[in-house]
Amino acid sequence: MTEHSNASQNTATPHEHISSIGSSVAIWIVLLICTALTAGVAFIDLGPLNTIVALTIATFKAILVVLFFMHVKYTHEKLTGLVIVSAIFFLFLLLTLSMADYTTRLWH
Amino acid sequence: MATNEAAAIVPHEEPNPALLHHFVTEEQQKNAASLGMWLFLAQEVMFFGGMFCAYLVYRYKYFGDFGSASQTLNIWYGAINTAVLLCSSLTVVLAVRAAQLNKRKALTMWLVFTILLGLVFLGVKGIEYKEKFENHHVPGPSFAYHGTVPSHPDQQVNPRHAEIYFSLYFAMTGMHALHMIIGVGLFGTLAVWAWRGKYSANYYTPIENAGLYWHFVDIVWIYLFPLLYLIDRHR
Repeated sequence: MTEHSNASQNTATPHEHISSIGSSVAIWIVLLICTALTAGVAFIDLGPLNTIVALTIATFKAILVVLFFMHVKYTHEKLTGLVIVSAIFFLFLLLTLSMADYTTRLWH
Repeated sequence: MATNEAAAIVPHEEPNPALLHHFVTEEQQKNAASLGMWLFLAQEVMFFGGMFCAYLVYRYKYFGDFGSASQTLNIWYGAINTAVLLCSSLTVVLAVRAAQLNKRKALTMWLVFTILLGLVFLGVKGIEYKEKFENHHVPGPSFAYHGTVPSHPDQQVNPRHAEIYFSLYFAMTGMHALHMIIGVGLFGTLAVWAWRGKYSANYYTPIENAGLYWHFVDIVWIYLFPLLYLIDRHR
């Protein structure tokens, strides 16, 4: 509607992304459905799959929040992606190397 | 190149008062502020990452005890709080949008909604913590735990190991709650300034960066919820 013209008149930075209400609400509903889903699945016994399903849903939710709510999908600053990827990389480095150590020790 | 850009914007428009002298364009200034915020969030990932790592190591080592202790948590408190946080993330998105569209009242309103949802989260957390105190599940001299290892009814849980679970529970949810309290304080300040008309489509960087912080705190909870409440329901 008038949003676009408003934006181009008043926003000094022309590349600014303004999220539409519709898409934000849609993402929000998907996030709530995922929350209900992950809570529901926890009551079903899937064995070791419970952990995998719960963490997969959590990661899906986190990706939605980062891409759409934090506007990373629309950013023009390429370094943002580098910061995010390196944060995730170093987190995995911390977790995998620590677990590689503790799971291969023979102490009790 | 820098002079070209400056020449391109200066002649036909009033300079934006929010543009600081060491930046060439407003976009450059915004990108720098946003990048700084993302760097801060990257070190927050490492900060929480240390606690997640400790949780993984001890859950691996005391698998049965952690399973039993995790099953004492009420899944509904966690689920309701997840939903409350997701709602607050939506109100933050709408607040940023209102700022971009120069809607001062809407911006203030969405910030106030965000604060209220943050307080609801902290209230639910408070009820949960109160139950932990009543059940002697708070680590310390009064800690007491009786239970059996899931699917091994003959095996008693070592209370010291359950205490480690609850130490990590309080450390992780406590640090998360502290971040929430800081966020509520930030949005409180921003709401007052927004009401006074400090922010507009020309300048709303603090709203956007506080929003990034709030979404990050939301993501931490998105992972805390399954790890602490859900994955040990069944053993």
